[in-house]
Amino acid sequence: MHTATPSSAPPPDETALVAALRRGEEAAFATVVRMHGGRLLAVARRLLRDEDDARDALQDALLSAFRGIDGFHEGARLSTWLHRIVVNAALMKLRARKRRPEDPIEGLLPQFLEDGHRAMAAGDDSPWTEPAETLLQRREARALVRSAIDRLPEGYRTVLLLRDIEGLSTEETARSLEMTPNAVKVRLHRARQALRTLLDPHLRTPPV
Amino acid sequence: MTCRELIDFLMDYQAGELPAAQHASFEAHLKLCPPCVDYLRTYEETVKLGKGACADPDDAVDDQVPEELVQAILNARAKQ
Repeated sequence: MHTATPSSAPPPDETALVAALRRGEEAAFATVVRMHGGRLLAVARRLLRDEDDARDALQDALLSAFRGIDGFHEGARLSTWLHRIVVNAALMKLRARKRRPEDPIEGLLPQFLEDGHRAMAAGDDSPWTEPAETLLQRREARALVRSAIDRLPEGYRTVLLLRDIEGLSTEETARSLEMTPNAVKVRLHRARQALRTLLDPHLRTPPV
Repeated sequence: MTCRELIDFLMDYQAGELPAAQHASFEAHLKLCPPCVDYLRTYEETVKLGKGACADPDDAVDDQVPEELVQAILNARAKQ
């Protein structure tokens, strides 16, 4: 299950687990780390692209969650609550990094002629060979897409991850990144276009 | 509407946020421009691929928490 999926009713044993966390039972903390930690670490790795930072973010997030367990609302899903906390911890790490000049994205955006029509290269009009649903069944195709996302300039990659992968709204993303909602929309659109450009040569039928 | 404008407006079109006149121009352009039809389709596929590539539970095997990190987190919590 994707952790950003909107919550339905919590599983029956989750209520007992939360109660044990509130009582401070050591075994309950260990259960949470082992049950949810892998998925949460993957979220931190995606956002931070640095193993040490991702591990630090996971630790910060889980310690913060354990301290704040009394703020967990009954009826919510623990996985969804923890997901949001680890996203915030990873974003704090991102903000703390020394700001570097942003890599330009223009080279990954569509190119146009002076009259506003798209400049096409040979083979640009051949179709993608398979629909997304078929491609996603193959592990190597999923890895290809993740690797393309990793190649996006950081400011665009972060917006794409928060909006399309982690399931935050435009407004939530804007607040998290201290941007305007309109700037988030512009960045998301450019990030999707750039990702399309990176995937395009891998997914087209080779020209005959 | 040019191809450049169509691609600029693409996300608003998908979200149903284009004003009626622009929406009509957008669809009129699509009827005359197969490359833009292809761009729209592959853009939509890209969004699906991005979402799906990071959500597949079969890949979770790569995302186990190393045991030393489990212990570090539990030790840090015990000291709180």
